[in-house]
Amino acid sequence: MVTKPLTKNIDMSRPPLDMAGYEAADGYQSLHAIAKGLAPADVLQRVKDSGLKGRGGAGFPTGLKWSFVPMGPEAPKQKYLVVNADEMEPGTFKDRLLMEGDPHLLIEGMLIAAYTIQADKAYIFLRGEYIVAERRLRKAIDEAYARGYLGQNILGMGFNLDIVLHTSAGRYICGEETALLNALEGKRANPRAKPPFPQVSGLWGKPTIVNNVETLCNLPGILTYGVDWYHSLTKGTDHGTKLCGVSGKVKNPGCWELPLGTPIRELFEDYAGGMQDGLALRGFLPGGGSTDFLLPEHLDLTLDYDVIGKAGSRLATGTMIILDDQTCPVGMVGNLMKFFAHESCGFCTPCRDGLPWVDEIFNDFENGRGTEKDLAILHEHVDYLGPGRTFCALAPGATAPLGSGLRHFREDFERHIKDKKCSYRG
Amino acid sequence: MAKIVIDGETYEVDPANNLLQECLSQGLDLPYFCWHPCMGSIGACRQCAVKQYRNAEDEKGMLVMACMTQATDGMIISIEDEQAKTMRARVIESLMISHPHDCPVCEEGGECHLQDMTLMSGHNYRRYDKKKVTHHNQYLGPFINHEMNRCITCYRCVRFYDDYAGGTDLAAQASHHHTYFGRHEEGVLESEFSGNLVEVCPTGVFTDKVFSEHYSRKWDLQTAPSICVGCAVGCNTTPGERYSSLRRIVNRYNSEVNGYFLCDRGRFGFEFVNSPERLKTPQQTVNGAVTELATEAARLLVHEYQKAGAIGIGSPRASNESNFALRNLVGEANFYAGVADEEFECLQVQMSLLQDPVFHAPSIREIEQADAVLIVNEDVTNTAPRIALALRQSVRNKAKQLAHDCKIPQWQDAAVRELAQRELSPLCLFGNYATRLDDVASDRLIAANEELIAVLAGVARAIDTGAPTQAAPTSRSELVQRVSAQLKDARRPLIVTGSNAGVEVLRAAANVARALHAVRKQAIDLCVLAPEVNSVGLAMMTPAGNGLCAALQRLKAGVATHAIVLENDLYRRASRTQVDAALDKVSGLLVIDQLPTATTAKADVLLPATSFSEHEATYVNYEGRAQLSFQVHRSHSQALPGWRWLVTEPDLAVNALIQSCAESAPGFARLSEVLPDESVFVAGMKVPRQSHRYSGRTAMKSNLDVNEPKQPVDTDSILAFSMEGIPSQKNASVLGAAWAPQWNSNQAISKFQDEINGELKQGSVGTHLVQRSASTGAYFPLVTKTSASAAGTLRVAIAHQIFGSDELSARSPAIRQRMTPAYVGIAPSDAEALGLHAGDRVYLGDTGATAIVSLRRHMATGTVAVYCGDEVDRHALPTALVLRKSDAASGPGLSGLIVSDRYEEEL
Amino acid sequence: MSSDVIASNAPTRARRLTAEEIAEIEHEMTLYPDKRAVGLEALKIVQKHQGWVSDESLLAIAKYLEIPPSDLEGVATFFNLVYRQPVGRNVMLFCNSVSCWIMGCEGLRKHMKDTLGIDFGDTSADGHFTLIPVPCLGDCDRAPVMMVGPDLHRNLTEEKIDAIVADYRNKKS
Ligand SMILES: Cc1cc2nc3c(=O)[nH]c(=O)nc-3n(C[C@H](O)[C@H](O)[C@H](O)COP(=O)(O)O)c2cc1C
Ligand code: SF4
Ligand code: FES
Repeated sequence: MVTKPLTKNIDMSRPPLDMAGYEAADGYQSLHAIAKGLAPADVLQRVKDSGLKGRGGAGFPTGLKWSFVPMGPEAPKQKYLVVNADEMEPGTFKDRLLMEGDPHLLIEGMLIAAYTIQADKAYIFLRGEYIVAERRLRKAIDEAYARGYLGQNILGMGFNLDIVLHTSAGRYICGEETALLNALEGKRANPRAKPPFPQVSGLWGKPTIVNNVETLCNLPGILTYGVDWYHSLTKGTDHGTKLCGVSGKVKNPGCWELPLGTPIRELFEDYAGGMQDGLALRGFLPGGGSTDFLLPEHLDLTLDYDVIGKAGSRLATGTMIILDDQTCPVGMVGNLMKFFAHESCGFCTPCRDGLPWVDEIFNDFENGRGTEKDLAILHEHVDYLGPGRTFCALAPGATAPLGSGLRHFREDFERHIKDKKCSYRG
Repeated sequence: MAKIVIDGETYEVDPANNLLQECLSQGLDLPYFCWHPCMGSIGACRQCAVKQYRNAEDEKGMLVMACMTQATDGMIISIEDEQAKTMRARVIESLMISHPHDCPVCEEGGECHLQDMTLMSGHNYRRYDKKKVTHHNQYLGPFINHEMNRCITCYRCVRFYDDYAGGTDLAAQASHHHTYFGRHEEGVLESEFSGNLVEVCPTGVFTDKVFSEHYSRKWDLQTAPSICVGCAVGCNTTPGERYSSLRRIVNRYNSEVNGYFLCDRGRFGFEFVNSPERLKTPQQTVNGAVTELATEAARLLVHEYQKAGAIGIGSPRASNESNFALRNLVGEANFYAGVADEEFECLQVQMSLLQDPVFHAPSIREIEQADAVLIVNEDVTNTAPRIALALRQSVRNKAKQLAHDCKIPQWQDAAVRELAQRELSPLCLFGNYATRLDDVASDRLIAANEELIAVLAGVARAIDTGAPTQAAPTSRSELVQRVSAQLKDARRPLIVTGSNAGVEVLRAAANVARALHAVRKQAIDLCVLAPEVNSVGLAMMTPAGNGLCAALQRLKAGVATHAIVLENDLYRRASRTQVDAALDKVSGLLVIDQLPTATTAKADVLLPATSFSEHEATYVNYEGRAQLSFQVHRSHSQALPGWRWLVTEPDLAVNALIQSCAESAPGFARLSEVLPDESVFVAGMKVPRQSHRYSGRTAMKSNLDVNEPKQPVDTDSILAFSMEGIPSQKNASVLGAAWAPQWNSNQAISKFQDEINGELKQGSVGTHLVQRSASTGAYFPLVTKTSASAAGTLRVAIAHQIFGSDELSARSPAIRQRMTPAYVGIAPSDAEALGLHAGDRVYLGDTGATAIVSLRRHMATGTVAVYCGDEVDRHALPTALVLRKSDAASGPGLSGLIVSDRYEEEL
Repeated sequence: MSSDVIASNAPTRARRLTAEEIAEIEHEMTLYPDKRAVGLEALKIVQKHQGWVSDESLLAIAKYLEIPPSDLEGVATFFNLVYRQPVGRNVMLFCNSVSCWIMGCEGLRKHMKDTLGIDFGDTSADGHFTLIPVPCLGDCDRAPVMMVGPDLHRNLTEEKIDAIVADYRNKKS
């Protein structure tokens, strides 16, 4: 039985499977199943039943999201599917693996999603630096056209789909789904107000679904092997598997597909090999640069959206960043703040003008000029940049490592003030 | 209506709106930046945070942006909540991080929305001690200064300039805290509405360059409610004066007319008032010798002219009062229209249309509601610019409809635009040449008048089979079908045309409106534009047969020997030969005017007239709407309001004259309704023209006398030339500069509106003078003067320029910098046939005049658009022209051309 | 949209796009329902051929796609990877995000400064290299990483960087 539906075909020591190889490994079975007579509503029901949650960060139920797309004769005919492949959050390196390792899986997932909402055009919004992924996706798309899985009247279903691969030019904010839509329309990538949600008014004002690469890669398995199989994968409360990564000073950094519900300790010790010799674990960001720090005591939590949520952080992208005891937590948070300040789109005030101030304060801390007053201002910004205060979730994302960093590593901040330098750097 | 609770009080609000707008409508103070009353919300600045509670039990609540939250029934919110207040204080602190705090030298100081909001939000101490972000400024032309360091990134400038006004050369650049608003490179801002940036920007990034030349603080300006004299729209303005010079003009809100915006002609074209050329003393020329006259002596001369049976020539740029006084003086039969005969004919057609109940003359607010528009041969941008801005809004009704269907609230500005993308309501342009509204046009017919008339007849006929017909060219049948269907099916169709269209075309356009009425059985919006501020008032005042040619004829024939010309340069109204022939014959020419002209040069008696800001007056706009313009400041020369030279009682009050005009001039019966109702003034106190902070009064004249002179008394009006009195919040009908406690900027206007975007409390939007009488019900017969042009000749179509075509504003230095010399626009194919290139200088037939060639992509072939500027005698032009290349070195080419279709020859 | 003309603005003259550039832009135009959407693509295409986007190029694209130049500039200056200034033959996109930082990218940055004389935003004197910081390259398990041109280099050390630099110098000169 398949236990690693996302990575079963992936072997980075060789090129990804071509069309023949992919089909031999049950590839495009879901499409054939649909062609045998699954209506869009049937597919939607299966995706809803699967319990799949979005892997882009927010963890929103995928089926529910799709169900907001207006369907039926009254609805706009033109609809779009957009793949969010802008992976750019610090410490996140999972979508790259999928696209470089098994591009056909994504295309198959896109076919399922597009069919469900009856979109005849799909855009993959790929970050410009992913050049290998771009080449491999282009090749796979060409193969899919050649095989009749893309284009007009696919498998005689009367269903059409064209996929356009769009490469971006570097801006983290483009990962925010509405900013992404503006970018695709050739505009400055400021986010849009929600509501209206893209499902109602998205790309060029038409109903649009934006899904993460990994989310879509879950779909072929669900349709090919069934919902029950999908439910059997998990060890916890959320369904399916998840790509989990570990970076930082561990013995064996990497990215693996694990059942949801796997204890973090297993990921950290068994897969990542634990800390490098001579180093101890100080804390970790469980799901990329915009999640709250967890501490060594949290290693026994399981990789579940709710479990990690209850502990005060988020599973988000599932890629952990490890902080060791010889690395300065102030520097680490400062590094993240510089990133967020630079990547702010500049649309709303708290983010645009708040983050640079935070960044300046971290610079001062780095250079031994931090003060108590600055520390108080940092604390204020945690609240000020929080959810609901800003226009989109970028700045609230920044407050996660900032707020938790201030909480957990307070003594480090104070030592910087007292010593007038960063003592990690000697 | 919905009920919501704000800080424990229950309010009735409109559930179609957002919370911010509703709070402001209720008179509550809630700070904001990016929201604009007529541009809606985008949620960028985050300044308007309030606390929203789920229900009466919810004590925690959550912060929401008021401008991004619909006001729904039963909602409970708090403005005063501590968390909300803290949020607002943090936001303002953020905004001020890189702000230069240069208020003392900033021209926005004292009327700065950022200053007001900073105080309101409680930020008074700078904690940020790091490096500020600084920017380079750009040169943006003669109207606008750029000081980017003051920017708070509210996006209002680009939202106005691009989204609202259709500009294309100002945009947000870069990002994060380096976001920059400017052109892609330095250069003149191209939009003819750029001046509104000064008022739209909540701080001092875009300031008024003309004002900079002689700057004064807002509170030191003497102001009064005024009317723009730039064109026939009659936008409401607030001019400001200091030390006897007029310093600037800002918008004055009128819910029906200009709303919040002016065009650049109106805003920057006032400086002729300060011109050193102004006529200051009455003078008489006898045998070439000029003598100055005392006022009394001058009056006696007027009396002599009257006794000599002088005829009077009125003016479309003079007030009703002046035209009326002249008419009284010379007698109705001797009063003539001071406009070209063809224009007078158009104005008379316009009058008949204004009286016909089948039509409705739409206000700007109503124009904005049109969802299908047909513009007929009128370059609205260059002749009545503010209307062009309104027409740009009308095409957005499609977007609003789509949003409505999608349940997206109208105030969600960005969301509505994103949904609709480029979907626009139909707007069809019929004309001899393309115009600046092309970019929002759904159809465009560029053709000569014959064809326009035929197609218009076709459209009318396709709507109502009873309309007179004429074979339309078959190639246009699709267009005819499409346009007629659009107009027939629209919720609120609109036809726009005007005097510049030519009388036959004007009639054909009116027939389309009449056809619409025949099938829709409701009054149809027909907007007929008149050329000048009081063209309609003049037409109402002038007996039908009294065109200018008749007057000139009388003078030439010696039937009349004396003439009084009121504020008019006859050489702009008829050809030089015609005018010379008449004036060379008269034995007495008395001219009243503000500035020297070709006509004043011929005057035997020349009397100086005050300018618009120096007297109280009424004007009638294109709709037949009479509006009152108050005196802002006194003239310090011997200039008098035109009428005051002409009335017999030297101390007559202007209001008495207005009364008497209402009583005795047919059609003006309702004119007295524009006068403010004096009973509302507390204890008979006047309304001060100066603010309560007006400074330097005791020092102003101390170089002359250390005693402070008594403030001049205004016997004429209800306003006072001082700071004493009851300021205007008591009565918005005389609201000059809006001010309210804590609201020093123009945003204070919300405190005077009955609700946001509503009428001013007790306000005056003017009075419609023209009564609708019974309709003739008849279509105009179709007449086509075929100007079948001989081979090699081009039919002449007159072109206009917002900067230049208007006589007075063209004498303001800033406007001059944007003016263009006379040019001829021709189609590239015609140019090729004639061997002409862009920039060539050509002779215009055998008139002796020359102009520069401009190639235009959308020009009817066989037609030449002639912009006459100051150089070309428009009335001497034949109907068809031969263009001949002159050997004169072609100049540096054209600058300041306001067209959308310049054809660039490939180099 | 037709462009308004105020001739005194005398815009920097647009250069002519090459046939190759036009062909690639035309292809992109078939992929989107609105040619405005092609703005960024067109900037990237021109950058691919010219190395960077000059004012003349920007105007040429704006004209070709009928996008107002100021809007296109607004897009060009929004994205990190559109170069509005000349760059060296090889652009080094140096990841300085959190995982690479933990793994010591700051030391490598200093090393480049010492050996090549360039810091972020600089181009080496020989015109070979321009160093630009880039957010997380998504290869955090093999940090520190950087891209040189299209090639990704992982698990960087000072020695590796020296070798890479030498390699590009030899290969591309
Ligand atoms: C600042 C910001 C950056 C984001 N970047 C990404 C990204 O790179 N990839 C992604 O899939 N989702 C990203 N997201 C989340 C998306 O907005 C969106 O929620 C996601 O694409 C939805 O897909 P899903 O439902 O399949 O998870 C980002 C969100 C924010 C606020
Ligand atoms: S939080 Fe505001 S400024 Fe930051 S990225 Fe989102 S919209 Fe832009
Ligand atoms: S006014 Fe509400 S966010 Fe700007």
